[in-house]
Amino acid sequence: MVLQSLKNCLWLPCVLRTPKACFWSTASGGLIIQSVSNDVYQNLAVEDWIHDHMDLEKQQVLFLWRNSPAVVIGRHQNPWQECNLKLLRQKNIKLARRRSGGGTVYHDLGNINLTFFTTRKKYERMENLKLVVKALKALRPPLDVHVTDRYDILLDRKYKISGTAAKLGRTSAYHHCTLLCNADKFVLSSVLKSPFKGLKSNATPSVPALVKNLFEEDPSLTSEMLLDAIAKEYAMQHQIDHHITLINPADETLLPGISNKTQELQTWEWVYGKTPKFSISTCLNMVYKDSVLDVKVNMDVKHGRIEVCNIDLPEQWLPPGLYSELVKSLTGSKFCPNETTTLVTTLLRLCPQDDELHSRWRLLCENMIRLM
Amino acid sequence: VCIHRVRSCSSIRFTKSKYVCVFDKSALKFSHQQRLFRTSAVSCGQIVQFKLSDIGEGITEVTVKEWYIKEGDSVSQFDSICEVQSDKASVTITSRYDGIIRKLHYSIDDIAFVGKPLVDIEIDASKGVASEEDVVETPPMSHEEHTHQEIKGHKTLATPAVRRLAMENNIKLSEVVGTGKDNRILKEDILNYLAKQTGAILPPSPKAEIVPPQRRAEAVPAAPKDKARKIPVPVPRPIAFAGKDKTEPVTGFQKAMVKTMSAALKIPHFGYSDEIDLTQLVQLREELKPLAEMRGVKLSFMPFFIKAASLGLLQYPILNASLDENCQNVTYKASHNIGVAMDTEQGLIVPNVKNVQVCSVFDIAVELNRLQSLGSAGQLGTSDLTGGTFTLSNIGTIGGTYAKPVILPPEVAIGALGKIQVLPRFNSKGEVVKAQIMNVSWSADHRIIDGATMARFSNLWKSYLENPASMLLDLK
Repeated sequence: MVLQSLKNCLWLPCVLRTPKACFWSTASGGLIIQSVSNDVYQNLAVEDWIHDHMDLEKQQVLFLWRNSPAVVIGRHQNPWQECNLKLLRQKNIKLARRRSGGGTVYHDLGNINLTFFTTRKKYERMENLKLVVKALKALRPPLDVHVTDRYDILLDRKYKISGTAAKLGRTSAYHHCTLLCNADKFVLSSVLKSPFKGLKSNATPSVPALVKNLFEEDPSLTSEMLLDAIAKEYAMQHQIDHHITLINPADETLLPGISNKTQELQTWEWVYGKTPKFSISTCLNMVYKDSVLDVKVNMDVKHGRIEVCNIDLPEQWLPPGLYSELVKSLTGSKFCPNETTTLVTTLLRLCPQDDELHSRWRLLCENMIRLM
Repeated sequence: VCIHRVRSCSSIRFTKSKYVCVFDKSALKFSHQQRLFRTSAVSCGQIVQFKLSDIGEGITEVTVKEWYIKEGDSVSQFDSICEVQSDKASVTITSRYDGIIRKLHYSIDDIAFVGKPLVDIEIDASKGVASEEDVVETPPMSHEEHTHQEIKGHKTLATPAVRRLAMENNIKLSEVVGTGKDNRILKEDILNYLAKQTGAILPPSPKAEIVPPQRRAEAVPAAPKDKARKIPVPVPRPIAFAGKDKTEPVTGFQKAMVKTMSAALKIPHFGYSDEIDLTQLVQLREELKPLAEMRGVKLSFMPFFIKAASLGLLQYPILNASLDENCQNVTYKASHNIGVAMDTEQGLIVPNVKNVQVCSVFDIAVELNRLQSLGSAGQLGTSDLTGGTFTLSNIGTIGGTYAKPVILPPEVAIGALGKIQVLPRFNSKGEVVKAQIMNVSWSADHRIIDGATMARFSNLWKSYLENPASMLLDLK
C-alpha cells in the first residue's frame, strides 16, 4: 500500500515508515522544488507544510515560487499600518500574513520568492543570501550586488532588490527572501503606503527602502533565468542534480492536510485577527449642512476587534440612546468595513423613521467605516 | 523526609489517589505533613525554570510577541509556548517538559534574553524529561507532533508512554483520533490505529507499562481480551465522545441581528401562501437570457419577480408603507426600494434595488448583478443596505417550498420564494401536463394589512408572472 502511493507521487515527505528502496533516499543533500501555482495562500501553505512535515536531516530543500499581485505582511505586523487597504480592495490585490517575521512586501509575477529549508541547527541566512549573490554574479558578472548585514541584497550599493524573513520551529527552520526582477514599482509604492493617521502600536514596523528591478539594470534578464541560475548554484553547492521538481499546492495526496493550511491562511482571524493590540486616535472631519464637524474618535483594537470605542459627538447630535446602542454594538465587533457596514445598516432598522436622523447616522457611520 | 504537595490548580492532572502532595506555594501547609498517604517514596511537583534556548546566529535577545499558554495551563512536551521575534525571524518556542505553567517571566513586547528563564514549569517527576540539548535529535516523527500546536496553539495531548509507542511504530500523532479527555490520545487509540493499518491487533510494547495518570475515570472501553475463546457476542461499546461545547460571545453584526429580529417579532405577522405556474416565464427567460448576456448581464428570474412586485405595489401601496413607533401614522413610501435577501459568509444581508417603479426588467438585472458581486466581495455600501421598503427572499435557490419569512422593520411585508419544481398539473382541457411550479409565502403586518389586501396583491403578482405578456399592458 505504501509503495503504491510512492509510485504515484513526484516525491514523498519522509514521515511514513517507508522501505529503503524508495527514490528520495538516494537524493542526498538537497531537493529543489517549484510551485505551479501563483496563489499566495497556497504557496505559503506549502512552506508551512514542509516546515511541519518534512525531515530535513537527510536533505535540505529550496522552494521557488511566484505570486499574482499580493501584499504579504510579517507575522507580527499591522496591516492598517503597513499598506493602503482601500487600494488593495479596489485593485483586488490579496492580503496575506506569513508566519515568518520581518516587514511587508509586495509580490507580483515580476518578483520571485526563494525559501531555504534546513534543520534548526543548520539555519544560516547569510550563507543563503551569498548563494543568491553568487548565482546572480555567475549569470551577469558586471552586476553590482552584495549582501548587507541587515540581510538585504543591494544593487549598485543603494537599491534594495531583496528582503529577508525567517521562521524557526523546534527542529526545522526556513529562511525566505524575495528578488525583484520585473515587478510593478508603481503599484508597489502606492499599496505599501498607508494613509492611516493616529495609529499607535507595537507591531513590527517596516523599514521603507529605495527599490529597483534587476530588469531595469539589465533588460535581458527574466524571472525564469534568475530562478534557473539560483537553482543551478544551489544544486552545485549541495552536490545534487540541477533538477527542479514541480509541485502542485492543491494536491492533497502529495501534501496531506495542505488544503486546511491554505484555508487557515485566508481566514480573517489569521490575516487581521493576529494583529497585535493597537489604538487609534483620530479626528473625523464630517461635512454636515454647510458646516464641518470635528469628531474625535478613540478606539482600542485587540485581535482585530474593537475593544474600546469613544466617539466625541456634539451633544444631542444623535439621540443618546442611539449613540450608546452604536457604541455597544461596535464593542467586540471586528474592525472591518464590511462587518461594520452590515452592523450599522441593520441597527438603522430600529431607529425612528426620521430623515434627518437617518442622514446623520449615515454620515457618522460612513466616516467610521472609512477608517477601517 | 519527603515533602508532600497538593496542587490546587484547576487544570492539573491528579495522579491516582495513591499519593497526595501539598503544594508549598499556597497557604495550605498542613501541620500534619508527616502523615504518609502512600507507600513508595516519590518526590513530585518540582519547579523547573525553562530557559530561552539559543536562537542561533549569535542572537542574545528577542521580543516576546505572543503567548500560547497562560499561568496554570498544563503543557505537554513539544507544545508551543510562545512566539518570539528577532531581527526578521519569528521563532516558535516549544516546551521541553510535561507539566503545569507556573510563571511567565515576560509580557508581550518585552525583551527576553537567551539563557534566561522564560517560564517556570512544574513537572511531574514520574514523567520523562527531554534531554538538555537545545535541538533534540529525534527520529523523523516527532517534529510534526506539534503540527496542530504551532498553528492553533492547541495541544496534542498524549503522555510520553503513548508518544513512545507511536514513535516505535512510526505513527503520526496528528493522524490518530484521540478518544480520551480533551481529545487526548490514549494507548488504545494507537493500537486501534495500528490494527487498522496492519489488519492485526498488536500486543502492547512491554515498555509502555507506565500507567498514564488520569484525571477522572475515562469512558474508554477495554479491548475484549477473551474474544478468541467465546463466541463473539456484540457488546454495546460505550462510544467515547470527546467533543466539547464551545461558547462564543455574540458580537458585531450578529448582535445587531439579534436586536432587529427581536423587534421584528413584535410585529403581528400573518402568512399567506400560493402556488405560481411559471411555465411561460421559464420559456420567456430562456429566450431573453442570450440577449442579456450579449449586453454583459446575467438574467435570473429575480428581475421579473421584482418588477411584478412593483407593479403590484402600485395597486396596493399599503404594502410599501411604514408604521411609526407608536402606530399613530402610516407613511406610504413613494419609492419602491425592493430588498433582495442575500446569503453571504457573514450571514443574511438585504441590499435593495432603488426605485424599481421606474426601472425596466433589464435595469433591475444590471443592478442585481452589481449588488451580487459587491455582496460576495464583502463591499456593499451603506446606501445599498438602507432605505428598503419591501423585501423578497429567494430561499428557493437553496431549497424549500413553503416558508414563514420574518418582516424586516420598518417594512410591513415580505415574500419568500420557494424552489421551482416540475410537477404534473391539469390544463384547461383537463389533460395532465408538465408545469414549472413555484410556491410563494407572504408575511404581512396585521396591524395595517388585512388578509384580503395581501391575497389580492398576491393574485395580481401571480397573474403577471403566469402570463408575462400582461406585464406589458401595465409597464410604465
